[in-house]
Amino acid sequence: MAQKRKKKLPVLEILGILLALIWISPFYLMVVNAFKTNREMFEDVIGLPSEATVENFVQAYIDLNFLNALFNSTLITTVSIAIIIIFSSMAGFALARNKSKTSNAILLVFVAAMLIPFQAVMITLTSFFGSMNLLNSGGLIFMYLGFGSSLAIFLYHGAMKSIPLTLDEAAKIDGANKFQTFWYIIFPLLKPISVTVAILNVIWIWNDFLLPSLVLSSSEATIPLRMFAFFGEYTRQWHLALAGLTIAIIPVIIFYFFAQKQIIKGVSEGAVK
Amino acid sequence: MRNKDLTFWLFLAPVILALGAVVVIPLLAGFFYSFTDWNGLTFNNFLGLEHYLRLLDDGRFLSSLWFTIQFSVVTVVLLNVFGLGLALLVTQKLKSSNLLRTVFFMPNLIGGLILGFIWQFIFIGVFSDLGELLGIAGLDGWLTTGTTGFWGLVILTTWQLAGYIMIIYIAYLQSIPEELLEAAKVDGASPFQRFRNVTFPLVAPAFTISMFLTLSTSFKIYDQNLALTDGGPFNSTEMVAMNIVYTAFSSNEMAYGQAKAIIFFVFVAIIAVSQVYYNKKKEVEM
Repeated sequence: MAQKRKKKLPVLEILGILLALIWISPFYLMVVNAFKTNREMFEDVIGLPSEATVENFVQAYIDLNFLNALFNSTLITTVSIAIIIIFSSMAGFALARNKSKTSNAILLVFVAAMLIPFQAVMITLTSFFGSMNLLNSGGLIFMYLGFGSSLAIFLYHGAMKSIPLTLDEAAKIDGANKFQTFWYIIFPLLKPISVTVAILNVIWIWNDFLLPSLVLSSSEATIPLRMFAFFGEYTRQWHLALAGLTIAIIPVIIFYFFAQKQIIKGVSEGAVK
Repeated sequence: MRNKDLTFWLFLAPVILALGAVVVIPLLAGFFYSFTDWNGLTFNNFLGLEHYLRLLDDGRFLSSLWFTIQFSVVTVVLLNVFGLGLALLVTQKLKSSNLLRTVFFMPNLIGGLILGFIWQFIFIGVFSDLGELLGIAGLDGWLTTGTTGFWGLVILTTWQLAGYIMIIYIAYLQSIPEELLEAAKVDGASPFQRFRNVTFPLVAPAFTISMFLTLSTSFKIYDQNLALTDGGPFNSTEMVAMNIVYTAFSSNEMAYGQAKAIIFFVFVAIIAVSQVYYNKKKEVEM
C-alpha cells in the first residue's frame, strides 16, 4: 500500500507541474518577447532574449499614458466598490429585517435583474445618459451601482440570516436609531461579505471594457481602453504591443500576489451561492 | 422595519434609483423602441414587428447566432472537463497543490480583452514558428480562417475560465467527508469505482451550477471575440454580442440593434429559466 502511494504521487505531481507550465506559457511568451527587438523575435520567438531591451517598455509606458490610465482605473474601481458596498449592505439589511411581501418582491426584482445581459440595455442606457450629459466617469460609477448592486444585495441578504435580531433590539434599548444600529452594529459584522463583494467587483470593474468604451472620453480612459487603442496603433509590431500588455497586467499580478487567499475564497463564495 | 417606515425606503432608495435608471427603464424603453424607427434620440413611426421579421432574413445575424451556439456547446463541454479534471488534480494532496491552484486560476483575474491580445500573438506570432520547428503544417495561418478562429476562441476561453470552474468543483470536492472515501476503500472499491460511485454523485450539484454558468458566460462573450479575431475573417467568427454592438454603434441602426438585443435577452433568459426549472425538479426528486 505505502509503496503504491509513493509511486503514484510523483506521476501526478509531474503531470500537474507540466500542465501548470503550459498554463502560464502565454505569459512567459508575452514577457520574453516584450524584451526583444522585432528582428530578434522573428529569429527566435520561444527562447530568452539575448540582451534585455527596455526601450519597448519605455515607449509603451509613454504611449499608453500609463500613469493616467492607472489613476483612472483605480479611481473608478475604488469609488464604485465603496458605494456598491455601502448602499447594497444597507439594502440587504433593510430587506432582511422586513419580512413583508413588498420586501420579498423587491429582493426578487434585484435577483431577476442579474439575468439581464448588458447588451439588452446598453443602447438605450447610453442614449439616455448621453442626453443628460452623464457619459463620464461620474455617470459610469452610478451605472456600476445599478449593475453591481443585485449580486451584492443578494449576498448581504443571505449573510443577514446569521445576525440575530436581538442585536438590533439591544441597540434600540440603548437608544440607537436604525442608521446607528446599521452602521455601528450590523455593518462591522458583515465585513467578511464586504470583502467578497469587493473582490468580485474589483475583478469585474477593473477589467470591464464594453461599458466604459461607450461611456468614457479618451482623457478618462481606463487601462483596458488605453490598451485597446494602443494595440490598434501597433498592429503587428508585436514587441511594442507585448510590452504594453505586460505593463497593463502588472497591477493585477501585484493584487493577486497580496490577496490570493481572499480572492480564491471570495470567488468561490460568489459562484456557489 | 415596516413598509410604512420612512427609514426602510431610505435604506433602499440609492439602489432602487440606480437599478431603475440603469437597468429597468432602459430595458422597458428598449423593448418599446424595438417596435419603432427610433434613431437614438427620437422616433416617428411604429413599425410593429418589422425589425423582428428583418432578423429572420439577416444572414450575418443568423450566422453569428449559429456560431455562438456552436461555440457555447463546445466551450461548456471543455470547460467542465478541464474544470473538474484540474479540481481532482489539485485536491490529491500534492506538494504543489497551492501553486497549481494559483497558476490555473490566474487568467481569470485578467480581462478578456488583454488575454485576447496575448493569444492573438500566440496564434499568429508563435504558432507558425512552433509549426516550423515541429514540422506541423496545421499550426500555420491561425486566425486567418473561420475554423481556426473558432478553435482559437475556444482555446482562449477554456484556458481563461477553466480555473474558475475548478474553484467551484473544489468547493464541492472538499465538502465530501473523508470517511466516506475511506469506507469505500476499505470495502475494496477501486479508485475509479470510488470516483464513479462516491465522488461523482456528490459533486453533481456543482456540475449543474457550472454547466449553466459556463453556458450563459460563453453565450455572452464579447471582449475575447473583439480582441482575438474582431469577427474576422469576413465576419465568420462574429458572435451575437458583437453583432449587436456593430449594428447599434457602427451601422447606427439603434432600433434594429435593440430588437436583436431583445432576442439575445430571450435566449439568455431561456438558459436561466431552464436552470431554475431543472433545480426545482431535482429538489422534488430528492
